[in-house]
Amino acid sequence: MTQTEVDIVKKTATLARLELGEAEIAKFGEQFGRILEAFQKLSKLDVSGVEPMTGATALSDVLRDDRAKPSLERERALSNGPKHDGEYFIVPKTIGGDA
Amino acid sequence: MSQTAIPTSGPTPQGVGVVSKKTGVRWVPVIGLEVHCQLKTETKLFCSCRYEFGASPNTRVCPVCTAQPGALPVLNREALALAVRVAVALGANVAPRTKFDRKNYFYCDLPKGYQISQFDQPFCTGGGLTLPSGKRVRLTRIHLEEDAGKAIHDRGDTTLVDLNRAGVPLIESVTEADMQTSDEAYEYLTSLKEILQYAGASDCDMEKGSLRCDVNVSVRPEGEPWRTKVELKNLNSFKNVKDAIEHEIERQIEAYESGDKSKFPVQETRLYDATTQTTRTMRSKEDAHDYRYFPEPDLVPFHVEPAFVELQRTMLPELADARRARYQRDFGLSAYDAGVLTGSRALADFFEMVVKLSGNAKETANWITNGVLANLSDPTIAAKTVDELPFRPHDLAELVQLVTDRTIHNNVGRTVLRAMFETGKSARQIVKEQGLEQVSDEGQLEKWCREALVGKDKVIADVKAGKTKAVAALMGPVMKASKGSANPQLVQEILLRIIQTEM
Ligand SMILES: [Zn+2]
Repeated sequence: MTQTEVDIVKKTATLARLELGEAEIAKFGEQFGRILEAFQKLSKLDVSGVEPMTGATALSDVLRDDRAKPSLERERALSNGPKHDGEYFIVPKTIGGDA
Repeated sequence: MSQTAIPTSGPTPQGVGVVSKKTGVRWVPVIGLEVHCQLKTETKLFCSCRYEFGASPNTRVCPVCTAQPGALPVLNREALALAVRVAVALGANVAPRTKFDRKNYFYCDLPKGYQISQFDQPFCTGGGLTLPSGKRVRLTRIHLEEDAGKAIHDRGDTTLVDLNRAGVPLIESVTEADMQTSDEAYEYLTSLKEILQYAGASDCDMEKGSLRCDVNVSVRPEGEPWRTKVELKNLNSFKNVKDAIEHEIERQIEAYESGDKSKFPVQETRLYDATTQTTRTMRSKEDAHDYRYFPEPDLVPFHVEPAFVELQRTMLPELADARRARYQRDFGLSAYDAGVLTGSRALADFFEMVVKLSGNAKETANWITNGVLANLSDPTIAAKTVDELPFRPHDLAELVQLVTDRTIHNNVGRTVLRAMFETGKSARQIVKEQGLEQVSDEGQLEKWCREALVGKDKVIADVKAGKTKAVAALMGPVMKASKGSANPQLVQEILLRIIQTEM
C-alpha cells in the first residue's frame, strides 16, 4: 500500500465522519488502490466525441407540476429522527453550519 | 459557496477608491455579491410540500425533504420556469441543457448529507444589470438549488432542527467582482430585488429569509493586481451589507498599511455583527469545505427548449425601469412620482388600472402618492399594502372623476378616501350618504354667503376699494358652514356680487 492510498483513505474517512483504526486503514487502502487502478484503466480510453453521462437511464426532462400534496403528519416525521420534543428534531449542540 | 474565478488583475477604474491619509496610496476595493433568492412557487423544489413562512415546525415535510431512504426528488416545473424568467429579465444566456449535482457536507439542518445544487452546468450564465447610476454589473452565473432546514441553537444545551425550509427552491446569482463601493453593492441589491419582484419570481424579503446575500471583498493599490478576498456572511439587511463592506474595506487597508505580514488579510469567511458593526473570523481557507460535487444520480438531465425560454419572456411584465420612463414620457409625471409609483409591481399595476378607468394620469398619480400611500402608512388604517386595499381600482377612479368633474371639492375628496379605507364603500356611495356632494345651488350658497358677511365690515370695505382678494377671508366660514360642500368658485362669485352690487 502506498502513502497516497493511506492519505486518500484517511481524508475520505474524515469527510465521511468515520473513525478508522490502523488495520482498517490498511484494508481499505488496499481496496482503494484497486478501485483507483480500475479507473486509471478507464481514463486511458479515448472518449472524445462521447457525451458525458450523468445517470444510468436514458430519461431526461422529468418534471412535476407545482401542486401541493399533503405533507407527513409531524408525529410520523419526527418519529424517524433520533430524538424530538414533539415539535423539533433534537440533535447534539452544533454551531457553525454552511451556506 | 463561491465559484467565481478570481482574475489576477483588472482595469483600474479612474478616481475610485480610498486615498490613505497615512501613505497617500489610493486603495481600490473589489466587490462581488452572491445572492440567494427564494422562488415564489407553491411547493418545494423536489417534492410537493407546501412551504409557508411561519408554519409550525416540521409540518411541511415529507419523505423526500427529510431524506427517508428510497425517496426520490422530482423537479418542480414552475421553479424552472421562474428561474428561466429571471434569466431572461437579466439578459442572461439560458443553457440548452442543464443538470444537478450533489454538494456534500454534514450539518444537522441538511438531512441528506448533501445539498442538491448545480456545479458545472448551471441553467444560466452571463447577463447583468445596469444600476441607476449607469454602472454595469455583470453576472457570472445563476443556478438552482434547494435550501437547507433551520437549526436553532439558543434554546438550552441541544440544537433544535426544523426541516420546513429544507428543499425550498432558491436561485443563487453570482456577480463578477465589478463593484468598487458599498453604495454600488446597495444599488445592485435594490435593482436585483426590484427585477425579481416585478418578474413575480421572488418576494425578496430579507426578514423572511427569501433573500440572503454574501459579499466578497478585497482591496488593492490602484493599478496593482487583485489581492486576497474575504467572504462576509450573516448580513441581514441591505444596510448591513453596506456597513459590513465599509468596515471590511477599512479593516483590510489598515492591515496592509501596518506593514506586518502576519496581519495581512487571509482568504477566509467572516461573520458580520450588526450590533458592534465589526466582523470576526468564521473559518479560514484551511477548514474550507471539500464539497466533492458529483452529478445527482436521482435526477435526470434537463433540456430547456428555446420555445420554453420565449414563453417565459412573454410572461415577463414591463419592468420598473421601463415603466418609470413611460410614466414620465406618456403621462408627464415627475421622475420622483414615477419612482414612487413603481415602488412595487402591485402599486404600479394598481396605478395603471386606475388610470385606464379614470382617464386622468396626473390626478390619479396625485391621489395615489398623496392620498392612498399616506393612508397605507397610517397605523390606524388596517390595510398596509396595495394588495390589502379594501377597495378596487374602479372605486379610486370614481373618486378621481368626482373631484375632476367638481362634484366634490378636493378636500372633501380626502375625507371620502379616508372613508373608503375605513368602510370599503365606493366613493359615490360615501358622497351620497354623507351629503358631501358639492353644492352649486345658488339659493343655498347665497344664504351661507350672507351669513358669512355679517359683521365683516373691514373685508367689505377692502373689496369695495378694489382689493377683491380680501374676499378670501370669507371663504373659510362659508366652507365651514357648508361642511366643505360649497362650490368654492361659485361662492367667490356670489360674495363679490353681493358686496359690489348691494353694499
Ligand atoms: Zn417534502
